[in-house]
Amino acid sequence: VSGGTEVTEPLDTTTLSTQPELPRLPSLTFGGWLRWAWRQLTSMRTALVLLFLLALAAVPGSVFPQRATSTADVTAYLAEHRGIGPLLDRIGMFDVFGSAWFAAIYILLFVSLTGCVVPRSLQHARVLRSRPPAAPRNLDRLPEHRAYVSSAPPPVLLDAAASALRRRRWRVDVSAADGTLSAEKGYLRETGNLLFHLALIVLLAGIAVGALFGTHGTVIVVEGGAFANTVQRYDSYGGGRLAGTDSLPPFSFTLDSFAATYQRGGPQDSAPRSFTARLTVRDEPSAPPHPVTVQVNDPLVVDGTKAFLIGHGYAPHVTVRDGQGRVVLSSAVPFLPRDSKFLSQGVVKVPDARPTQLGFRALFLPTARMDPVLGGQSTFPAADNPELLLTLFTGDLGLDDGTPQSVYLLDSSRMSQVSDQVMRPGDTWTLPGGLGSITFDGVRQFATFSIAHDPGQVPALTAALAALAGLMLSLFVRRRRIWVRAAGEAGGRTLVAVGGLARAEAGGLTAEVDDLLERLRAVAPASDEESA
Amino acid sequence: VNQQSWAQLSNGFVYGAMTALALAMFAYAAELAFGTRSRVGRTVAAQQPGRAQVLVGGGSTDNAGSAGSAGTTDPDDPADIPPTVTFPEASPERQRRADQYGGIGLSLTVAATGLLLLGIVCRGFAAGRAPWGNMYEFSCASAFVVLSVFLVVAWRRPALRYLGLFVVVPALLTLGLAVAVLYVPAGPLVPALRSYWLVIHVAAAIVSGAVFTVGGVVTVLYLVQDHWERRGAVNALSRRLPPSEQLDQSAYRLFAFVFPLWTFAIMAGAIWAENAWGKYWSWDPKETWALVTWLVFACYLHARATAGWKGRRAAYIALAGLSCFVFNYFGVNIWFSGLHSYGGLPHS
Repeated sequence: VSGGTEVTEPLDTTTLSTQPELPRLPSLTFGGWLRWAWRQLTSMRTALVLLFLLALAAVPGSVFPQRATSTADVTAYLAEHRGIGPLLDRIGMFDVFGSAWFAAIYILLFVSLTGCVVPRSLQHARVLRSRPPAAPRNLDRLPEHRAYVSSAPPPVLLDAAASALRRRRWRVDVSAADGTLSAEKGYLRETGNLLFHLALIVLLAGIAVGALFGTHGTVIVVEGGAFANTVQRYDSYGGGRLAGTDSLPPFSFTLDSFAATYQRGGPQDSAPRSFTARLTVRDEPSAPPHPVTVQVNDPLVVDGTKAFLIGHGYAPHVTVRDGQGRVVLSSAVPFLPRDSKFLSQGVVKVPDARPTQLGFRALFLPTARMDPVLGGQSTFPAADNPELLLTLFTGDLGLDDGTPQSVYLLDSSRMSQVSDQVMRPGDTWTLPGGLGSITFDGVRQFATFSIAHDPGQVPALTAALAALAGLMLSLFVRRRRIWVRAAGEAGGRTLVAVGGLARAEAGGLTAEVDDLLERLRAVAPASDEESA
Repeated sequence: VNQQSWAQLSNGFVYGAMTALALAMFAYAAELAFGTRSRVGRTVAAQQPGRAQVLVGGGSTDNAGSAGSAGTTDPDDPADIPPTVTFPEASPERQRRADQYGGIGLSLTVAATGLLLLGIVCRGFAAGRAPWGNMYEFSCASAFVVLSVFLVVAWRRPALRYLGLFVVVPALLTLGLAVAVLYVPAGPLVPALRSYWLVIHVAAAIVSGAVFTVGGVVTVLYLVQDHWERRGAVNALSRRLPPSEQLDQSAYRLFAFVFPLWTFAIMAGAIWAENAWGKYWSWDPKETWALVTWLVFACYLHARATAGWKGRRAAYIALAGLSCFVFNYFGVNIWFSGLHSYGGLPHS
């Protein structure tokens, strides 16, 4: 327990509470109850409990799959745990960071914090304008204390002490009548402490602005393909509630080429080494096009909106002719990569084919090898020896009833499997029964871009930097006080006493007191060797 | 010299460091086994109690450890007069040997730290990048920083040299785990990790981890010493350790130093994430546990300023924070998959 000195004003500057520690009996009025509740909420102990609760509440978010990051994992978890799954879902375990109870904890914490910091800021503002506290009666009871006898008169000594301390940027108050001097330094500790906590509030505001006004989405663009920044063009879009969907910056780009290189041979065989997307960008429809290279960690930036390269894959280009010889499909179809060697899965749907709709379940193997047990495998992620494995279905694709379907899944419930085929680039497969033909023209790559705009980012970053600065001030600056008393004695001599007080965590006060004494002795030497 | 040779050289240095650490461990253990109090311990004990008595009223104990400031104080100051300190009897011969073993342990620790540094530098040449791109490298670097922090602490505060055994053991365990389980051949990084933010973010995390660890060791010793002091128990270790109050102070200083650094590590990670994925915070398990660690240490700092929570309770909170950090490092990499799947370990 600290304290126990004569100094009545506490120097406990780490405490973030203006509240007294002693419990007070609440009065019975409603206002009294409110005041009592407020005092409880803004007490340090409550803040402590809330901090701990917040830490505890975040843990399930790392244990259970979260909807915000991967809906598929949540669905898989629910399918696997039919008993406990729905219960967990009901209490928000799959959306921890958006759940009411998580929000309740951090909102309470920030209310508690605000209730603490605001009065304390006012108090600190008063302290900053006031004088250092008067000297305690017995300086020799302070942790740091020195004394000696000088022949110089008290005013000279006090002046010398004042100028020495002021030069070291202490706040000094000389009381000539008492023959004492009070000095204090390290106000930045509390300033930093308050800055840190206020900055946290701004940080939370920045996060809120980002969540409400920010936009983010992903889009897959095949080599040669184009993208224009409108909501309709995104493959998935998530925007804040207050974000205007029609006011996205009107930039557009084409993906001229995408290149991926991989480690060949050695222990890290197949590990990716570089991804490079070359774009031609127009900042707005009327602007001139200009080339931009986008890499991982190096996004495209247009007017505060950024496009990040977050994924890639293969898009085999196929041309389908139906039974009547018409070209009913000719495009590059993006496939989903399934493993690190880029064995990729995809579906080719041909709803316009006649006499019957056609569907192909397909595997793309960039470097194909037939395994007698596992079937078609890929042994390297680059397209060294590409093969396309197709399984043909005929019947009703189920696209006409308006139910949205995944482009990567084939609903074969109203279709029948007909035949399968292995194809290389340039091959044409004449489908059985006069259904038409499919040509594997070649393979292109696609790049996945995440496009995001977060107007809260700059405030959040500024606040975070301010918080860090405040934190360092509050932990590293030492608040300390020095008092000097110069008392005239018989024979024209002066007894000089110096005392220093600092928080337990603060070091270096000894050296500062010693330094002050040295300077005093330089101006007013000790009268003889018998120092007190 | 080609990459392969650099990698082999690096492995050689790491094994050398482990050998030196194992020997240092035995030397520190021998020091504890022999004699009652080494020269360092006696010197410090002679300086401390007088000051500690004066400072009970809320002052500072930190001057006791720094021999420099003690030398400059007024010799007539009553606080600086060494009080009578009674030592349990110990034969000078045993005492001399204990000091000798302690010195050997410290020298071996310095050697191990140097070898480890060489190993890390060679690993960097082998991989052609900053040598902290996977869990093996991260562990080696952490062990190096732990040892360095200990050496700095032992240099600034000779009384804490007795941490030696308790620092060398976790460092050796970390290295053993790195070599036996986490080892991956040196190589370049996947594109996602190729950013100067890797150097900044991961370096901050490594140093934070090391200081958390040393702080945790000091905290455990504080709890043990405090326990013995309350019961009035005296034994070989309790006589050597600094008083509990001073251990508590040292632990606080380490945690207070590292908390802003850990804050910075999280912020740097967020900035990097924004630069790579467009979202500065994704609630990835690593991020979540980094925040949990941060919150628990925030609890610790608040607890130290709250009546009724100082001392032992605050120490338990600090240990909980350290556990969160360790779990974030090992547990999250092994059991959870997420954006930080850099360990090079197969996920279960």
